[in-house]
Amino acid sequence: MPNPYTTKLNIATGKVDLSHGGGGRAMAQLIDELFIKHFDNDLLRQRNDQALFTVPAGRLVISTDGHVISPLFFPGGDIGSLAVHGTVNDVAMSGAKPLYLAAGFILEEGFPLADLEKIVISMAAAAKRAGMPVVTGDTKVVERGKGDGVFITTTGVGIVPEGVNISGDRAQPGCAILLSGSIGDHGVAIMAGRENLQFDTTIVSDSAALNGLVADMVAAAPADIFCLRDPTRGGLATALNELAQQSGVGMIIDETRIPIKSEVKAACEILGLDPLYVANEGKLVCICAAAVADELLAVMRQHPLGGDAAIIGEVIADKHGFVQMTTAFGGRRIVDWPVGEQLPRIC
Amino acid sequence: MPGKAIRIRGVVQGVGFRPMIWHLAKQHRLIGEVWNDGLGVMIHAFGNANDLDAFIRQIPLNKPPLARIDNLEVQALDVQPQNDEFCIVASQHNGVETPLAADAATCADCLADIADPDNRRYRYPFTNCTHCGPRLSIIRRVPYDRNHTSMAEFAMCPQCKQEYDDPADRRFHAQANCCPDCGPKVWLEDRHGQQMDCDDPISRTAELIRQGYIVAIKGLGGFHLACNAADADAVARLRERKRRYAKPFALMARNIETIARYAIVNEQENLALHDKAAPIVLLTAQGEMLAPYVAPNDDKLGFMLPYTPLHTLLLQDLDAPIVLTSGNISDEPQCTCNDEAREKLKELADYWLLHDRDIVNRLDDSVARMMDGKIRLLRRARGYSPEALVLPSGFEQADNILAMGAELKNSFCLLKNGQAVVSQHIGDLAYAAVQVDYRKAIDLYRQLYGFKPQCIAVDNHPGYLSAQYGKTLAETEAAVLVPVQHHHAHLAACLAEHGVALDAPPVLAAIFDGLGMGDDGELWGGEFLLGDYKNYTRLGHFQPIALPGGAQAMREPWRNTYAQLLHYFDWQTLQQDYAELDIIKLLASKPLATLATMIGKNINSPLSTSCGRWFDAFAAVLGLHSEQVWYEGQAAIALEILATPVFAGEKPYPQAWAIDRSEGGSSVLSWQGLWQAVLDDLKHDVDKARIAARIHHSLADATVSLLNDLSRQTGIDSIVLSGGVFQNRLLLEAVSEQLRKSGKTVLSPQRYPMNDGGLALGQAVIAAARVNSVQMDSQPDSV
Repeated sequence: MPNPYTTKLNIATGKVDLSHGGGGRAMAQLIDELFIKHFDNDLLRQRNDQALFTVPAGRLVISTDGHVISPLFFPGGDIGSLAVHGTVNDVAMSGAKPLYLAAGFILEEGFPLADLEKIVISMAAAAKRAGMPVVTGDTKVVERGKGDGVFITTTGVGIVPEGVNISGDRAQPGCAILLSGSIGDHGVAIMAGRENLQFDTTIVSDSAALNGLVADMVAAAPADIFCLRDPTRGGLATALNELAQQSGVGMIIDETRIPIKSEVKAACEILGLDPLYVANEGKLVCICAAAVADELLAVMRQHPLGGDAAIIGEVIADKHGFVQMTTAFGGRRIVDWPVGEQLPRIC
Repeated sequence: MPGKAIRIRGVVQGVGFRPMIWHLAKQHRLIGEVWNDGLGVMIHAFGNANDLDAFIRQIPLNKPPLARIDNLEVQALDVQPQNDEFCIVASQHNGVETPLAADAATCADCLADIADPDNRRYRYPFTNCTHCGPRLSIIRRVPYDRNHTSMAEFAMCPQCKQEYDDPADRRFHAQANCCPDCGPKVWLEDRHGQQMDCDDPISRTAELIRQGYIVAIKGLGGFHLACNAADADAVARLRERKRRYAKPFALMARNIETIARYAIVNEQENLALHDKAAPIVLLTAQGEMLAPYVAPNDDKLGFMLPYTPLHTLLLQDLDAPIVLTSGNISDEPQCTCNDEAREKLKELADYWLLHDRDIVNRLDDSVARMMDGKIRLLRRARGYSPEALVLPSGFEQADNILAMGAELKNSFCLLKNGQAVVSQHIGDLAYAAVQVDYRKAIDLYRQLYGFKPQCIAVDNHPGYLSAQYGKTLAETEAAVLVPVQHHHAHLAACLAEHGVALDAPPVLAAIFDGLGMGDDGELWGGEFLLGDYKNYTRLGHFQPIALPGGAQAMREPWRNTYAQLLHYFDWQTLQQDYAELDIIKLLASKPLATLATMIGKNINSPLSTSCGRWFDAFAAVLGLHSEQVWYEGQAAIALEILATPVFAGEKPYPQAWAIDRSEGGSSVLSWQGLWQAVLDDLKHDVDKARIAARIHHSLADATVSLLNDLSRQTGIDSIVLSGGVFQNRLLLEAVSEQLRKSGKTVLSPQRYPMNDGGLALGQAVIAAARVNSVQMDSQPDSV
C-alpha cells in the first residue's frame, strides 16, 4: 500500500501531540504506522471501529483492566506487556482459553513516540506469546500534565471449555491451596524502579501471561480445580482473604512452604514490607480437590511459569473466615486483609 | 418485732456470704432470711433494735475473704417474719447483675486439710471451699452454679453434698466442692500418651523435675511447662524447645523463705506474693544463683507462690524453685485442654501431669512489680479478673459500653451500672487462637453480666484487629461506634482507677509508649496531654522521627538510631567524627543509602513521636540488642537494667534537650544535645552503665521540666504518668519524685496495667463520658 501521508511518522524524536487524538489525519497515521504495524492481524487491518469474529460454542468470559504504572519501563517488563498480561490472566483465571484483546490508550501530550513504540512492540509481543491478538482499539490524547505518559486499558474475551467450573466461591474445607511460584517479585521491582532504590541484585518483575499454565492445569484436572486467582495488588494475603470470604471458609497456610526469592525477601526486610501483601503479576493461586493436588503440582512444575509451584496450605471450615499462617516458629498468625497502607500497629 | 431489709451489692455470691450472714444473725439472736438475687444478697432480719444495729455493723467486718461489698443499704421492714429462726432460702435469679469472684489461691483452712493425714482431703489437689479455688477459670455461664461449670461432670458424694448443704460448713454452696471420692483426678503421662503407673503422680512429677525433665502441668487457667530452675541444662533445654530465647521465665517456689534465698522481698512484695490472687511478682535478684537462662541478663526474677493444692503438693517435695512458664509454642496462647497439650507440647515436654477438670477460660498468671512505692499490675489476669471496678461518681447512669481494647496485650472492658469489668489479659490478637479466645471471652462476659452493648469503643487505629471486630459488632448490634485516641485512653484509664469524678477538672499527663494512632494520622508515643474523660488537647510531644521500615523498626533498634542521628546531624560528618564507635561501624554495614531514600521519600517510613523507639535508639547506641529484639521492649528493658546500679550517682546531661514550638503551638521535645553528649561519652570510653543512667536522668529531667512549664501555663497540678514506657522503674520513680517535690499530685496506674492491657478501661470511660454528654446536651432545657 502506498504511503498516503506526506511524511512518515518521526518515531525517533517525535512526540505525541493533541492532533494524534483528534480523529483526523495525524491520528490515522499514528494508528497505521504504529499500532496496526505492530499489532498486525487480519481483524485489525480491516480498520473498522470494531472487530467482528465468530466464536466457538461454549461460555464466553470477558474482563477489563486499566493499567497505570510508574515507572513505565521496569526490570522484567513495561506497561505494554503488563497491560496484556493483566487482562490475559484475568480471563484465564476462569479457566478460559483467551480469544481476543481490545486496547484503549490515553496518551499525554509530549510523550515520546519512541517510548510509545517500545510499549506497543512489547505489547504486541506479549499478545502474540499469549495467543490473544489485539483486534480493536482506541486512542485519546490528553493535555500535558493531565496524564502520566500513557495509560492503557485492555479488555479481553475468552471461552471456557465444557466441564470447567472455576469460581471464587467454590473453595471447600479439605481443598488444597497451590501457588504457582515465588511471591513479591513485581511489587518490589516496581518500588525499586520508581524510587530508585538499590539492592544487591536487580529484582525482576514476574509479569507474564498465565493462560498456558492454566490450560495445562485445566487439561489435567478439568473438574477438580475450584478456584483460580492471580494475587496482584494486595498480594497473596488479599487474594486468599477474598477467596475465603467469597467461599465462606477459612484457610491455613504454611509460611515455610511459600516460595520467595532470597533477594525479594532481603529487599522486603530492608523496606519493612510483608511479602504476603506485595503485588505479583505472573502468579496464580489454585484451590483444588486434595486428591488431585499432587498431580496438579507436577503439571504446574513442568510449565516454565510454575517451576517453583508449591502446595502452601489447605482450606478449613471456620465460621470466622480467618486466613491463618503457621509461622516458622510454629505459631499460627492471622493473615489479615490489608488496611490502607501498611501502617505499623504494634508498639 | 422490728425488721430491717438489707441489700448488699458487690462480689457477694459464690464466696460464702450467706453462711457468714447466717452465723452472724444467729450470734445476734435474729430471725429472718437471707437469699441471693440478681442484684446481690438480700437480708430480711428481725430482732431487737440493738441486736439489729450490731448485726449490720458487723457485716463488713466479717466479710468472707473473696467477698467485696460495694454497697450496703438498710431499710425498715413493716412485714412480719416468715420463720421462727434465721434461714438461708433459695436464690431468686431475676436478672444477672452480680459479679463473679476471681479465682483465688488456696486458703489456710484448705491448706490445713490437705496437710492433715486424718482429713479425707489429705493430699487432694482439687481441695477448695467458698473462700478459695477456681471461679472464672471453670465457669461456662451464669448463674455461678455447679452445673454451669466444668465441675458439672462430677456428682458430689454424700459427704460433699452434706457440706454443700450445711450453712455452718465453709463448703456451704461451694460450687467446686469435691473430694478424692467424687472429684477430679490427676495422673501422669509419658510422651507416648501412656499413663504412668504410680501411686502419687504429683510426688512423681516432683521427682521427674528434680531429675531434669520438663513436665507439662495442667494448672488452674492453663498449662505450664515446668523444670528445675536450678538445673542449667534443663532450663537451657526448655528455652531451646520452646524457641523462647530471651524473655525471662516465671518461677514458683514453695514458700517465701525459699524466694528470699534468690531475691530481695520487701514487705509490700511479700504481701503481694501472699495475696489471694497470687500474682508473679518481679523481684530484685540477690543471693543464690539460679540457672543463668532463667532470666538472661536480667536483674529481676519473677516469683509466685503455689496457688492451688496441686502446686502446693508439688512444691512441697522441691527445695529449689521451678520454672513455671506458659505451656505453648513460642508466643501462642497457653494450651488449656489435654488433647491440645498432648499434641502441641509433644516436642516441648517429657511428661504430662494431667487432670480431668476442664479449663473453660484460659487465664494467664498475673504479673506485678513494685515501683514508686506501690505494687503495680503489669499483666492482669488470673486472680483479678473478672473483678469489677466501681467507677467514680458521674458514671452511674452511663450506657452499656463494650470497649474492645488494644492489639498486643489485649484485654476488653464492659461498662455497666457505674462499674467497669476489665477482662483477663487476652494477648496478641494477631494469633488466630488468641483471636478465637477473644471472641469467645467477649461472648462469655456478655452472658455473665447480662450485657448488651449500646456503644462500642475502639482504638482509632484502623488496622487494629480489635477495632475491626468492634466495627463489625457495632453493625450487628446496632450499637454506636466510638473511636478513641490511644493515649487519651491511657490517661482516662488512670483517672478512672484513681476515682477521679466524671466532672472533675482536667489533668496534665505524660503518656509514653511504643505507639498509638494520633488524631493527625501520625503515630504518637511520647505525648504531653491535657485532658479529662471527655476531651484532651495535645500540649507537647517528642520530635517526630521516621520509623524506617515501619514495624521493622520495632524489631531492629539500629533503624531508630540511624533515623534519630540522620534527623539531628549530618551523617557524613558524624561518620568521620565518631568512626571508631561500634554503633557507627554497625550502621555503616547496613544499607544506609536505601534507608536514607526511604526516610527522604517517606517510603514505608512513617513519622512517629514514639518514646519506645526513642529508648530503642539509645539502647542500640550502647550496643544493647542493636541488631534485633526478640520481644517488645527488650532493648529498653536492657537499658534500664544497665543503668540501675549506678543511677543514684548520676545526673542528666546539661542541655540534653530543647523545646521548640510546633506550627500548631504545641511543645516539641528534641534531643540533639543528648545525642551529642552520648556520642562524646562513648568516644571518651565512659562506662556504658553511667551513660545509660544519664540518658534516663535526661529523659526524666526533660519530662519534669516540660510538665512543670505546662502546669504553670494551665494552673493544673494533677499529673498522670502512664503508657508502657513508664514500666521503667527508674523513669517512673525519678519523674514522680521530682514532680511531687515541686508540689504536684502524681497519678499512675496500679490495679490496671499502664501498658496496653489497661487501654480498654480508658476507652470505656471515655465513650461513657462522650455518649452521656451527647445525651444530656440533646435533652431540652428544663424550666
